[in-house]
Amino acid sequence: MQHVVVLGGGVGGTLTANLTARKLKSRIAKGEAKVTVVDATGQHAYQPGYMYIAMGQERADKLVRPEKSLLDGNVALVVDGIERIDTAAQTVALASGATLHYDQLVIATGSRIVPEELANFDGEAHHFYTAEAAAKLRVALDSFTGGKIVIGIAGIPYKCPPAPLEVAFLVESELRERGLRDTTEMTFLSPINRAFTIESVSEMATPILGEKGIRLELLAGVGEIDAERHVVITDAFEEHPYDLLICVPPHRGAQVVVDSGLAPKSGWLPTDRHTLQVKTVAKPGPGVADADVPRYANVYALGDATDLPLSKAGSTAHFEAPVVAERVAAAVLGRQPGGKHASYEGKVMCFFEVGDGKGTLLQFDYEHPPTPPKPNRIWHLGKIVFNKTYWHTVPKGRV
Amino acid sequence: MTEAATPQVSRTIDARGSFCPGPLMELIRGIKESEVGDVLSVLSTDKGSKTDIPKWIGKAGHNLIGVFTRDGYDEIIVEKVR
Repeated sequence: MQHVVVLGGGVGGTLTANLTARKLKSRIAKGEAKVTVVDATGQHAYQPGYMYIAMGQERADKLVRPEKSLLDGNVALVVDGIERIDTAAQTVALASGATLHYDQLVIATGSRIVPEELANFDGEAHHFYTAEAAAKLRVALDSFTGGKIVIGIAGIPYKCPPAPLEVAFLVESELRERGLRDTTEMTFLSPINRAFTIESVSEMATPILGEKGIRLELLAGVGEIDAERHVVITDAFEEHPYDLLICVPPHRGAQVVVDSGLAPKSGWLPTDRHTLQVKTVAKPGPGVADADVPRYANVYALGDATDLPLSKAGSTAHFEAPVVAERVAAAVLGRQPGGKHASYEGKVMCFFEVGDGKGTLLQFDYEHPPTPPKPNRIWHLGKIVFNKTYWHTVPKGRV
Repeated sequence: MTEAATPQVSRTIDARGSFCPGPLMELIRGIKESEVGDVLSVLSTDKGSKTDIPKWIGKAGHNLIGVFTRDGYDEIIVEKVR
């Protein structure tokens, strides 16, 4: 019996499990293989929808479904916490005390927000990375009557890189519609030397910020929040007073991969950019090429959990999952990975809202940066349709 | 500043292989963890680092000691002054 264990029931874990189960269908039927997903909650949340709760266009209960309802009938679900991964013994220790043995392991444990790492974040800053926080931001926007809005980022990487810019654009549109724009000063704090990490997207977004009268401050990562004075202090010691602060909280990978010695303190798993196998060390020693760092033959990572220089977004996991499924299934079946999913080439595709009912599309891979089309209504509607049909498409491998 | 006059480096941040904005973010983290007077060296293979990192150092008011081109990477040395 070959056991494929998938840790995490998000986009990456769910899709990988479903695709692997399809590839191993006959082996599973004969009792020679098994696919198990382990998830702490047993609930699958569609996180890109949270931003729309903040914008008053979505409800939290529409964004969660039971994980079991999204899994192939041949995938087992274990609802339990993950305590420790032992790559030598090929076991996963669970919070209940149970232990799972694996032959192939897929780590799709995602990322987590750690607002507690920035003093005063919880009392002062709004965000949209949980349904609850997004609902609170909605309340704050409803009661906002003008003043200074600062939108910032407390650390890179974070989930859904375009989101803070999208929120800036959407809030600006809303304030204009509510007649509050003339009495509102908006500032976008970018932690890097341009508006967005990818140069071509930055070139698209920067003029839009200008057109909408949103002040752009560069090299202005949120370093401190002064709760008494309601002032953001950047990493470069510049001060930005606010009446409403919207801030991306610091992010880290799952604690279990740090505790298991697989990732450094940041929690991002060192991952091969093509095979998606986890590397045995985070950084090669002096004189050692990255290619010479050994990879775990039977441990894979995907989605937000990796340290790959890609968007931490469901889309990344969506395009990585077929590669992990192909490689895991090939190992179980005793063959070489083959076909178009033998190797991951960095493909990511996501929509980008610019406000006023318009959007654009970011599509790129390791070798080809995005060339976003001029924002229009089609891409905005594309995002809405994608969000509404997600449950029937992505987790089940239909797109 | 010439190489000979470079003060002793207290901490080296090897960000080689990390893409923009990784090296800058690693430096900001390193500076936060350091004491005033510490000298930090960032090693980067990302082409943007030798322009972005000095800009951030200038904005933050730290002391840029030098940007040196090494064999296949750049080394940026900075003194934390506040």
